[in-house]
Amino acid sequence: MLHIVNKSPYECSGLQSCLRVAQPGSAVLLIEDGVYGASAGEATESALRGARGKLRFYALAPDIEARGMQGRVVQGVELVDYAGFVDLVTSHEVVQSWL
Amino acid sequence: MAEATQAKKAGPKKFALVNRRAPHGTIYALEALEVVLIAATFDQDVSLVFLDDGVYALVKGQKTTSIEVKNFSPTFRALDDYDINKLYVERESLQRRGIDAENLLVPVEVLDAKQIGELLAQQDVVLSF
Repeated sequence: MLHIVNKSPYECSGLQSCLRVAQPGSAVLLIEDGVYGASAGEATESALRGARGKLRFYALAPDIEARGMQGRVVQGVELVDYAGFVDLVTSHEVVQSWL
Repeated sequence: MAEATQAKKAGPKKFALVNRRAPHGTIYALEALEVVLIAATFDQDVSLVFLDDGVYALVKGQKTTSIEVKNFSPTFRALDDYDINKLYVERESLQRRGIDAENLLVPVEVLDAKQIGELLAQQDVVLSF
């Protein structure tokens, strides 16, 4: 299953809820303001590190760059482009967007 | 009392714009910047306050070409030309996000929450974004 998070982890609880619910082996894709969840900071880093064994993390590179977060991405998060976004959606049976 | 009110109306007012949203995901940060420039045109006394995700608007190295929106972040560098140089950032908001004030686009004054509260209380008008 693919989980897509598009809101900042400091403003909304989407990422938190996603990490609580997502089953092992699932993928989590961070897009738009959700990419702040992939950058080093208090609300995210330890949560992501903790879940890294059971979940795969991706972030949309154009959104990372737009926000100046390149170079601050937490280790273990794979950056994808728009084509990679499409691949992730088509390669997972179920997609949940945490709007 | 009436005199005091009149005197206040005659001069420029103290405006604070409170920025609490990240750039690009929503329009708020850009709108705040538009309003600052308008206020500056009318020679008002403007302070910019950055709280919560608003601090992300000041992060260096924003490249928006791939998401096809305007990169308005360099505009913050131009504010000084409009005599807008009162930029205040809350310390805790920076710390929680692991952002160093030295690495922001423009020089800012870092204040704690209590000081931000005092600053806001001194304004004639507070606008939220």
